Amino acid sequence: MPEKRSSLVQVNTVILHTAALLLLPLQILFSVFLLLRGHDEPGGGFIAGLVATGAVALYLFAHGVESTRRILRFEPQEFLGLGLLFGLASALIGPLVGEPFFTAQWYTLYLGGNTEVKLSTVLLFDVGVYFTVLGALLMVVISLTEAED
Amino acid sequence: MSHLVVIPILIPLLAAALSIVSWRSVSLQRWIAIIATGALLLVSIALLQLTREHGFVVMHMGDWAAPFGITIVTDLLSAIMVVLTGIIGFSIAIYSLATTPEGHERFGYYPLMHRLLAGVAGSFLTGDIFNLYVWFEVMLLSSFALLTLGGERAQMEGAIKYVALNLFSSALLLSAIGLVYATTGTLNMADLGQKLAQVEHHGMVNTLAMMFIVAFGIKAAAFPLFFWLPASYHTPLVGISALFAGLLTKVGVYCLYRFFTLIFTGDVDYTHTILLWGAGVTMLSGGLGAAAQSEFRRILSFHIVSQIGYMILGLALYTPLAIVGGVFYIMHHIIVKTNLFLVSGLVYRLLGSYDLKELGGVYRHRPGVALLFLIPALSLAGVPPLSGFFAKFIIIRAGIEVSAWTITGIALLVGLLTLYSMIKIWVEVFWKTVPENVNTDRLTGAKPDKGLWLLLLPIVGLAACTLFIGLSGQPIYELADAAAEQLLNPALYIEAVLGTQP
Amino acid sequence: METLMAYVIGTMFGSAVYMLLRRSIVKLVIGLMILSNAANLLIFTVAGLVRGAPPLITEGLLEPATAITDPLPQALVLTAIVISFGVLSFSVVLIHRAYEVVGTDDLDKMKDTDT
Repeated sequence: MPEKRSSLVQVNTVILHTAALLLLPLQILFSVFLLLRGHDEPGGGFIAGLVATGAVALYLFAHGVESTRRILRFEPQEFLGLGLLFGLASALIGPLVGEPFFTAQWYTLYLGGNTEVKLSTVLLFDVGVYFTVLGALLMVVISLTEAED
Repeated sequence: MSHLVVIPILIPLLAAALSIVSWRSVSLQRWIAIIATGALLLVSIALLQLTREHGFVVMHMGDWAAPFGITIVTDLLSAIMVVLTGIIGFSIAIYSLATTPEGHERFGYYPLMHRLLAGVAGSFLTGDIFNLYVWFEVMLLSSFALLTLGGERAQMEGAIKYVALNLFSSALLLSAIGLVYATTGTLNMADLGQKLAQVEHHGMVNTLAMMFIVAFGIKAAAFPLFFWLPASYHTPLVGISALFAGLLTKVGVYCLYRFFTLIFTGDVDYTHTILLWGAGVTMLSGGLGAAAQSEFRRILSFHIVSQIGYMILGLALYTPLAIVGGVFYIMHHIIVKTNLFLVSGLVYRLLGSYDLKELGGVYRHRPGVALLFLIPALSLAGVPPLSGFFAKFIIIRAGIEVSAWTITGIALLVGLLTLYSMIKIWVEVFWKTVPENVNTDRLTGAKPDKGLWLLLLPIVGLAACTLFIGLSGQPIYELADAAAEQLLNPALYIEAVLGTQP
Repeated sequence: METLMAYVIGTMFGSAVYMLLRRSIVKLVIGLMILSNAANLLIFTVAGLVRGAPPLITEGLLEPATAITDPLPQALVLTAIVISFGVLSFSVVLIHRAYEVVGTDDLDKMKDTDT
């Protein structure tokens, strides 16, 4: 039997180290793209949340738990709570305008010319899903990595 | 249309989100827990009042009319169950303030508790079977995490059994829901009540009914699939045990009541006979299992199983009086059983053990605590004039009325077994002298305990509820009677949800 | 196609139960994974398999002119996948912790709570 390897973090090369640094912002950007593209086209909060978690997990493998916690700034459970709050907010907008809970509300912003942005409670809910998935999965991944150490 | 029907789900969800966000401040989480569960209790009472006035309160989520959207609906039974959820949630929140170690609080005790309450309330209020599955999973996932908080050896072993059997039942429930959709093309409970009756293939309907009996039977801890319950319920913190004991299995029982009065009523001879014998064996195995135990919470866990048998018996007899008895039994049982677990936690705090051999002398030093045990214990055993007496009385009388002698005999016998278990606890914990080498500083009051009143408060409150149900049972009986009348007239429910005459 | 799927699903349920009955907790969790996938596949299949038909009705029509796919089972399966994903990731953490605490993955040796 070889020596017990204490964690994944030690499987570390310069290539992984550098690639994780460069890929993290790109993947986060891609996840936001997926999030905003959802509803009418393939994408949405769940998938986007998974992609974002993948980005952070890659960074975690390359740089370890300490460094990951530092760049996240917030604890995973705070993302989770934030996501739940977004989801609830999307439910509560319906009754504010006198309709049942979760009734979708659409507001269109005209930005001059032919550009228009549709804001909706559906998007708000997707943002909530995004953060909930991100928070929940990060909790699992980080706690498993810490248990390895 | 009233928004009130959704609020009992939204309050715990909001409280869960807020207490996760404020995870750094334990004191803030405690305040949120007290305020949110208190608000849940008040809202649920208001909802019960509203339901009594209107019969049903219905709301279609997202304004998608039934049967296409998800409907949230209360009839009297759901409203009663939500009130009980509020009572138990509030009691446990107060009790938790003094009994939860700091480590548990930091690891998300309160958010998980709120999410569990949201899952329970959601299961009671939804009118859509797939949505029911989702709430079940919300509830289960929180209960898994609560069960393993602390991570001791016994907890891990209990949790593996609990998780495995409950996930198996979830998979079965999910398959059954898929097959129901394939057979009828609808998921709305009210719509199913109409459409399943028109399915020509009776074998298929009975197969589906059996799948639901097994799936909910596992969750309700009915025979022969109750083994996960006594293996796991005595392992976590006592507050969590009490919360599970009061609410989780009763969600399974509630679902059996909902499904087998509203949806599967086509072949009562077949389905309800199976339920009847399941109920009988459940009662017996729970009662006999408890007789062999010598650990406070394990005895109580086995008695959850035996009491579940009584509730299912009420449904299985399927006469108006039996359903009244079943509903009455659920109300009585949730309060009494939670209270007994809370008392076991109080004794643990005084003497530092759950093992009957290492306990004793509580009556001599704390007669008040002994009285607080006696009230729920005798009520559970069915001694008049406490709530359990009337609950058992109604069910047994219903059994005699339809000449179901064997099952009534079993019910009476298990009543005796319950009394035996309660006497055993009484003798060992309260009556006999304190064993040597047990530290009695807390029991005799030599070592003052500031937080003790927080433990006593919910116990006294729940004991008062038991006494109230027992001594002035008339309004409670009338409530159960009205609920049973609604359950036996599914046409009313269907009309309230779908807005048409069936 | 439906017949083939029925056999596939049956095999999956069978192997899931076989895995659940093994003594190792790792195999128990693998069994639960196969079981939840089998249930998802069951929902997907029993609601009817239609190939290459979008769940859309041509604009202006009140009912579909050609064969369409029922979108609801797919929504159900998606929800169920998300839920089982969460539950199973919890189970993996659980067996990992249990293995550390109990020191065995043999279910027959986990008898502390049965006596």
